[in-house]
Amino acid sequence: MKKKKRTVSYAKWGYIFILPFFITYFIFSLIPLADTVRYSFYEYYRSGIKEIGPNFVGMANYASLLKSDMLQYGANTLILWIIGFIPQIVIALVLACWFTDARLKIRGKQFFKVVIYLPNLIMASAFAMLFFALFSTSGPVNSILMSIGLIHTPIDFMGSVFGTRSLIGFMNFLMWFGNTTIMLIAAVNGISVEIFEACDLDGCNSIQRFLYITLPMIRPILAYTLITSIIGGLQMFDVPQILTNGQGNPDRSSMTLIMFLNNHLKSKNYGMAGALSVYLFIISAILCFIVYRMTNDSDPDGSKKAAKKAAREERRRRK
Amino acid sequence: MKRRAISLLLTVAMGVTLFAGCGSASKGSGDGADASEGKVINIYSWNDEFRQRLEAVYPEVKETSDDGTVTTLNDGTEIHWIINPNQDGVYQQKLDEALGRQADAAADDKVDIFLSETDYVFKYTDAAADVAMPLKDLGIDCDKEFADQYDFTRTTASDADGVQRGSTWQCCPGLLVYRRDIAKDVFGTDDPEAVGEKVKDWDTIKQTAAELKEKGYYTFASYADTFRLYGNSIDNSWVEPDGDQVNVDQKIMNWVDDSKEWLDNGYIDANIKGQWNDDWNKAMGSQSKVFAFLFPAWGIDFTLKPNWDGADGSWAVTTPPQEYNWGGSYIHAATGTDNPEHVKDIILAMTADKDNLLKISKEYSDFTNTKSGMQEAAMDDATYASDFLGGQNPFAYFAPVAENIKIAPLSSYDQGCVELIQNSFSDYLQGNVDFDKAKTNFETSIEERYPDIKQVNWPE
Repeated sequence: MKKKKRTVSYAKWGYIFILPFFITYFIFSLIPLADTVRYSFYEYYRSGIKEIGPNFVGMANYASLLKSDMLQYGANTLILWIIGFIPQIVIALVLACWFTDARLKIRGKQFFKVVIYLPNLIMASAFAMLFFALFSTSGPVNSILMSIGLIHTPIDFMGSVFGTRSLIGFMNFLMWFGNTTIMLIAAVNGISVEIFEACDLDGCNSIQRFLYITLPMIRPILAYTLITSIIGGLQMFDVPQILTNGQGNPDRSSMTLIMFLNNHLKSKNYGMAGALSVYLFIISAILCFIVYRMTNDSDPDGSKKAAKKAAREERRRRK
Repeated sequence: MKRRAISLLLTVAMGVTLFAGCGSASKGSGDGADASEGKVINIYSWNDEFRQRLEAVYPEVKETSDDGTVTTLNDGTEIHWIINPNQDGVYQQKLDEALGRQADAAADDKVDIFLSETDYVFKYTDAAADVAMPLKDLGIDCDKEFADQYDFTRTTASDADGVQRGSTWQCCPGLLVYRRDIAKDVFGTDDPEAVGEKVKDWDTIKQTAAELKEKGYYTFASYADTFRLYGNSIDNSWVEPDGDQVNVDQKIMNWVDDSKEWLDNGYIDANIKGQWNDDWNKAMGSQSKVFAFLFPAWGIDFTLKPNWDGADGSWAVTTPPQEYNWGGSYIHAATGTDNPEHVKDIILAMTADKDNLLKISKEYSDFTNTKSGMQEAAMDDATYASDFLGGQNPFAYFAPVAENIKIAPLSSYDQGCVELIQNSFSDYLQGNVDFDKAKTNFETSIEERYPDIKQVNWPE
């Protein structure tokens, strides 16, 4: 008995040292989070400098959001995300394969890694401002195109739905492909060299090697990229906000969900903004769940589904 | 044991720093000897414009700290400048928070003076909100002290019952500023009187626009340039007092129709979308084909001048097709101020003292709020002639415009309405949406911005 008492429990220091994080999280994240959900059931905004509410209104905020153009803004967000994500993941995969291929011997790898990551270091808003100036009707891009004789009248990039959306997608692509590349390089580097050697000996060409070795082996990281990108995409705000001056022009076709949320915050409409946030939370939760299931269960070797199947067959055999 | 004590101390210290930000920083040193007046005057503003003018003309100013945050007066009272940028509504947000805390704040933390702009002045002068004191409660006899002010500035700063709750040192009548070289090329003369004749009303200016177009010039840069002329002459306010409906005035729809016509005829550069963007700024350069802009005094000084890359004396001003006002900063005494005497003194010195106002006009080329003073300035070419305008005295043109301005009735929703109607119809004017879609887009965005707006009424 005595012996037991004398043992020092170091565990509690662990708890004490992580305590600040939990206190911070509780005060600055959890309470506001709970408040967001709570206020989503209230009518609570400012009219001029008068405060209206909070009055409990039940699900009214949720209902009126469904009646608004929220779904349209959701679709806008999705389109903008896809325009940016597809080139991003394709280019990142190609670059990651090239950079890690031992036989290609690319010179100055480190230099290129830095260069492709650079756009991410610029603040998104500054980047959007830059593009706004570059692509304005009397901007440098139009001047160049006109002076080399490709066009005769300036193109109104920001005046068309196609132009604005492409620019936003392009910016998101430029900002994030470097980040994804670096992550995928790490993933590919994590694959054992022996596997590549074995497949080379078996006479794979590079496409087969990519499709049957690299891609399946980096699937967890790919899933991670997809999840973080979806969540990031849902929160897309600064680039379209700055580029379209907060209006989502033309005809609100570049208005993302968070820009819509931000519009509500102009009148401090905590109720409506809260309800929208809850919707967003539900959507991200569902998306995460789908992606999680998709990437975890279809794995033929060693995943839950495979294990279940094996167990089932085992049982059948025993019978 | 010692080690344990130290680690405990560290943990506690870490915990404490978390909460450090939450406590109120300064607790009243204001319960000092002078019970009637506080020692600190807090002034909320969005830039240092007011501070510069106060330093220049207020006789009680002793010195200002190097970083510009504290100005000390001769009697030892300190003015604390609380500056938040106007962009994205930051200023109003901070001010609203401070005014919300006003009742509970320690005496020296209370807002004493705050500034507002014409676009949202009514939000603060609203009698129901009661955040800006009626000036008569400070002991100011408005009719006597402000007799020399332009009447429309007094109307603007008053609540719906006509009680004046603010006052201004400046007045922003707008003029038509035009390029002399283009005028010479098209009309054969750059004389302000002759050009004024060409732009004296909307029908005449339309004929002039056709003349300009023949020679390859645009009359104005953007359709947004003319908005203030229409928007400031609406007959009824955007939202009736206590109403929940936005009424779009016929004048606004006229702006849409006229702008469309002008754009279709090529009198306005279709590539320039709205104001305050790069394209618009470039239209003020020497390479541009734009003949004229509509600007008040501050616009000529702060917008046109920095964007102009040619020689001085290339521009001139003349009377616009319609009198209008654009901008203006109002000074308010915050309800609950602990320095009523100082506040009264500052407001009177800055907005009712003709000598001070003329000094501001001389030093900062502001058009100031003194009828008699501005008439004198209009006569005094020697002092007020502008090199930028080729030796022309702009006050001679500003003064008559200022006297004829009839300010539109205001509501606390003006800022959003003015901003959003221009945005919604920009899409229409650029040909991206049809007329009805633009209307729906305005309805959507106005109800988003102001949750208490339930309906939008369009003119027949």
